[in-house]
Amino acid sequence: MIVTTEKLTKRYGDRAVVDEVSLSVRRGEVYGFLGPNGAGKTTTIRMLLGLVKPTSGAARVLGEAPGTPKALLKVGSLIEGPGFYPYLSGRDNLRVHAARRGVRAGEVEAALEQVDLVGAAGERFRRYSLGMKQRLGVAAALLGQPELLILDEPTNGLDPAGMADMRDLVRALAAQGQTVLLSSHLLGEVEEICDRVGVISGGKLVAESTVEQLRGDTVLLIRADPLEKALVLIENSTRHGDVLHVRETDAGALVRTLVAADVDVQEVRPLRRTLEEVFFEMTGAA
Amino acid sequence: MGSVKAELLRLWKWPATWVLIGVWLVMTLTFGYVFNYLALNGGTNTRDMSQQQLISAMQPENVGAAVVRGLPMFGGAIILVLAALAVGSGYGWGTWKTTLTAGPRRVSAMAGTLGALAVVVVLLVALTFAVNLSASIVIASLEGWDWSLPGWGVFEALGASLLIAAMWTGFGVFLGVVTKGPALAVGLGLMWAIVTENLLRGVGSLLGPVESLTEVLPGGSAGNLAGAVGGSGAPGVLNSLSGTTAALFLVGYVVVFVGAATLLKVRRDLV
Repeated sequence: MIVTTEKLTKRYGDRAVVDEVSLSVRRGEVYGFLGPNGAGKTTTIRMLLGLVKPTSGAARVLGEAPGTPKALLKVGSLIEGPGFYPYLSGRDNLRVHAARRGVRAGEVEAALEQVDLVGAAGERFRRYSLGMKQRLGVAAALLGQPELLILDEPTNGLDPAGMADMRDLVRALAAQGQTVLLSSHLLGEVEEICDRVGVISGGKLVAESTVEQLRGDTVLLIRADPLEKALVLIENSTRHGDVLHVRETDAGALVRTLVAADVDVQEVRPLRRTLEEVFFEMTGAA
Repeated sequence: MGSVKAELLRLWKWPATWVLIGVWLVMTLTFGYVFNYLALNGGTNTRDMSQQQLISAMQPENVGAAVVRGLPMFGGAIILVLAALAVGSGYGWGTWKTTLTAGPRRVSAMAGTLGALAVVVVLLVALTFAVNLSASIVIASLEGWDWSLPGWGVFEALGASLLIAAMWTGFGVFLGVVTKGPALAVGLGLMWAIVTENLLRGVGSLLGPVESLTEVLPGGSAGNLAGAVGGSGAPGVLNSLSGTTAALFLVGYVVVFVGAATLLKVRRDLV
């Protein structure tokens, strides 16, 4: 495990912003940290980076206590938008960051190349578009070849093209074996990129599993005539209006059974809950 | 060292650093030499300074006093603004978040900021000395005065200048950390440096205990140290305490401001 938390809690007064969250991120995976706005994602991440001290509970990041130099030097992060000096160029901002991380200046150019910002590296940060700012944030996070990349809402404020670019970048990093903890409320993004997800709602971790497990088994929708006969023929089927739902993935076998029993099969298609549907179910958001 | 290097790089390229240093150099030249020179050559001189006093104030050998006398109030205010901006802006820009997740301990990050500000302040005092010395030599040459370079005593004045500048830097850093932003930190700092202490001194003439208190407040201590090392004829310069006492108060303020700012930075959540 590269990140573990045990009953991690942060309270502000009587309000628990993060409430006994126990999660784990494995080496080499892209872990999606899902939750509606205000669910406690950013506070959890800030605790993992030592920016916020937990009220109770414990966390380990790469075997170290959060916020210690040993842990931070192995983690690259982008939290709630990039924080850079507006009057410095993108390149100078990375140089400043590299000096703080004890990374040699040569890595700056490599990081700029990785996020495709070499051409604009000499421009002042304040002149960057939102997408360029986010990419510079990722470049900073990549300095020092961290073992873990924590990206909090990296596509926030980006246009569709920028979002696609960011997804491609995360995918490329994942393909290189980079462990990524990606916080987002954009479910399509998480569904596309992540291996496992944790869902947080109201400060509590309500689920943690692979995307597949979270979406549950595939259900087949069958429209047949006569429906009552089909209902009797197919075990584990349930009637939903004028169709049946069956927890079975071998559609061919089902169709053969029905046809052999002289039942007309009008429609057979898989019904799969999207991550969005699961998410809304779990968080009560809509 | 990485933190100091990083902070130096960004302070060096920050226009505000050079604008504030430039403003201070123009002020010290204008009030220390240009106006005195004009007064000497046909001004009205309502401060009843004798010609000899004006000449003495502009002599190269008195450049140490010229440097230190501006720092208790206006020079200090500029240094305070620089420090408050350097620390407070980081909250708005989100750069503290970036800094504190980069790797160094919070104490090291603060030490980096303080170290870089110290370098900038030393540079500011050195530039003030160089500019004042150049101006005094130019004026002395133009006027055909006999002049000599400052003696060893100048180091006492420069040391006092650095201590005064360190106190205002610490004050600015403290305000930047406490208010978590540049605007309030600068506003409060300027209010204190230029208005509050002067108002208290006004009240102090009516109430003895208040007067005693004003002598040891940050600006009062700075003014007393400036006065003790020969500074005179500038707002904020006082002659109520010995140089040693004033210096000890200033060291105390540096320790308290820097210590409190660092403690807050280390202990407080960055949300």
